[in-house]
Amino acid sequence: MQPLIKVETLVKRYAGRNLAGRRQEVIALDGVSFEVFAGTTVAVVGESGSGKSTLALCLACLEEPTSGSIWFEGIDILQGAERARREIRPQMQLIFQDPAYSLNPRWRAIEILTEPLILQGRISREEMKERAYSLLGRVGLSREIAERLPGELSGGQRQRLAIARALALEPKVLVLDEALSALDCSVQAQIANFLMELQRALGMTYVFITHDLGMAAHLADEIVVMNAGRIVEQGRVEEVLREPRKEITRRLVTAVPRMTHAPVAPIGQ
Amino acid sequence: MMRYFLRRLAHAFLLIIGVSILAFLFTTLAPGNYFDEMRLNPQIAPETVAALRAQYQLDRPLVVRYASWVNSLVHGQMGFSFAYNSPVAPLLLVRVRNTLLLTVTATALAWGIALPLGVWSADRLGRLPDRMITWGTAALLVIPDLALALGLLVLAVRTGWFPTGGMASVDFENFSLLRKWRDLALHMVLPILALVLSALPLLVRHVRAAVAEVLGAPFLLAAQGHGISRRTLLYRYALPAAANPLISLFGFSIGALLSGSLLIEVVMSWPGLGPFLLEAILARDLYVVIGGVLFSTIFLVAGNFLADALLYWADPRIRTESGSR
Repeated sequence: MQPLIKVETLVKRYAGRNLAGRRQEVIALDGVSFEVFAGTTVAVVGESGSGKSTLALCLACLEEPTSGSIWFEGIDILQGAERARREIRPQMQLIFQDPAYSLNPRWRAIEILTEPLILQGRISREEMKERAYSLLGRVGLSREIAERLPGELSGGQRQRLAIARALALEPKVLVLDEALSALDCSVQAQIANFLMELQRALGMTYVFITHDLGMAAHLADEIVVMNAGRIVEQGRVEEVLREPRKEITRRLVTAVPRMTHAPVAPIGQ
Repeated sequence: MMRYFLRRLAHAFLLIIGVSILAFLFTTLAPGNYFDEMRLNPQIAPETVAALRAQYQLDRPLVVRYASWVNSLVHGQMGFSFAYNSPVAPLLLVRVRNTLLLTVTATALAWGIALPLGVWSADRLGRLPDRMITWGTAALLVIPDLALALGLLVLAVRTGWFPTGGMASVDFENFSLLRKWRDLALHMVLPILALVLSALPLLVRHVRAAVAEVLGAPFLLAAQGHGISRRTLLYRYALPAAANPLISLFGFSIGALLSGSLLIEVVMSWPGLGPFLLEAILARDLYVVIGGVLFSTIFLVAGNFLADALLYWADPRIRTESGSR
C-alpha cells in the first residue's frame, strides 16, 4: 500500500546570528524520514526545540525545507512552483496550538468559516452559509456561536472553530501542532475524543505533534520520537512505549504522570 | 453607540470653545496691538488712533470683546481684520481653500504611496529591498523640511521645469480652462513634492512596522494554508489586521491638513494659510490670528473624531466593547 505522505531525509536550516553577531546556522530538521498511511494517526513527540513545529510547517507547505522531499499521494510537492503548492495546501490543514491567535480576531465565527469557501469559489452565498452552519454542527458548536467574535468564545469553542475552519476545505490530512496543549485538561479530553470520532467518520489522517506522550499514546497508531532535529525512535505505539530503546524516549515516558502501564486506558472511558 | 458619538461631539465642541478662549487670552496678553505703530507716525493725531481703537473696541474689557467676537462668529464673520479692513471669515476661507488644495492632494499621495511601499517592505523584512527602504526613509527623515524645500527650489531654478512660487502665472486670467488647470498643476508640483517627501518616511515606517508585526500571526499562516495568493494575504488579511495604529495616524494626518504645510507655503510662497498667518502675527492683526488658530483646532478635532469613527467601523472588537457598556 502506498503511503499518503512520505517524508524523505527532510532538512531545514535557518540562518541566524549568535550573540556575538557571527553567522550561525540553526538546524531545525536534520534528515527526517517517515511515512503516514491514510486514515491513521502518526504522533510526532519531542521536547521543545526538537524541530516538531518546523516539521508541521513544512508538511503544511508553509515553510520551504532546505533539502529532502515530501511526497503527497505520490507527488513531490516541493518540486512544483508556488502556484502548484497553493493547490496542495488546502489538502493538508494545520491546526495551531493556541486558537486565540490562529483565528482572525476581527471576524465573526461565520466569516471565519466562510472565508476558505470564498477562496474555493463557485459557491453561492446562501450555500456558503449552509455549509458553515453544517460545519458548526459537525464540530459540536451551536448555531448561536456564528455571530460571535473569537474573543467571545471559550478556549475549547475556539479550537473547535479552528478545526471547523480547517474542515471547510475538506482536507485529507490535519496537521495538529500542539493543538491540545493550550487547553485545560477536561477540554483536552473532549477535543481528543472528538478528533477520534471525526477520524472514524471521515477517514481523516492526522499528524499529531505534541510533547505529551500520554496524549500521543491515546490518539496515535504510530509514534515518531524526535530530538534535536533527528528521529531517534519510531514504530507502533505499543512497541515504543513498552520498550523504549532510547534514553530520550524513556525520559518522555517517565514524564507522563501516572503512566505505569502502556498503553494507557483511553481517557474518558 | 449614538450616545458614544454624541458624547464625543459635545466633548469636541467644548474643546473648541476652550481653545477660542485661550487664543483670545494669549493674543491679548501679547504686548502691543495693530494701532501701536500708528502712534509713532507724527502725521496721525493721537485722537485718531484713540478713535480707531475705540471703533474696533480694543479699549473695552476682554469679556465684552469676546462676546462681540462670538456674536460676529455666529453671523459668519469671525471678527474684523484691521489690515484688510474686512471681515475675517471670507479672507480666511480663500486661504483655507488654497491650503487644502495642497495638503489634501499631498496627504492622499503620501498615503497612496506609503501603503503599498510599507506592505512591500514588510513582506521582505530584513532582505535587500526592505533594507534599502529603511535606509532611504531614514535619510529622508533626517533632512529638515526647510532644507528639502530649498533643495527643490534650487532644482526648479536650475532646470526651469517648474515655477518656483505662487499659485498661478501672471496672465492666468486670460488662459483657457484647460490651460488654467495645467498651470495650477505645474505650480502645485514643487510644494506637493516637498510635503509628500517630508510625510512619506514616517508613514512608510509605520505601515511597515504594523504589517510586519501581524505577518507572523498564526491566523495569517492558517489563511495561507487555505491556499490563497500572497497578494490576498497581504492586502485582505494582513493590512486590515494592522490597521488600528494606521487609522490613528491617518486621523493625525487629517488634523495636520491645515497646519502641516505652513512652513512649506511660506518658503514656496503659496497663497495659503501659511504666509497669511505669518503676516497677521507680525502685524498683530489679532482676529485673523485667532481665526487661523480656531480653524486649525477644528481640523485637529475633526481628524481625531474621524479616526475614532473609522476605528469603530474597522474593528468589530471595539464595537462590542462599547456596545456592552
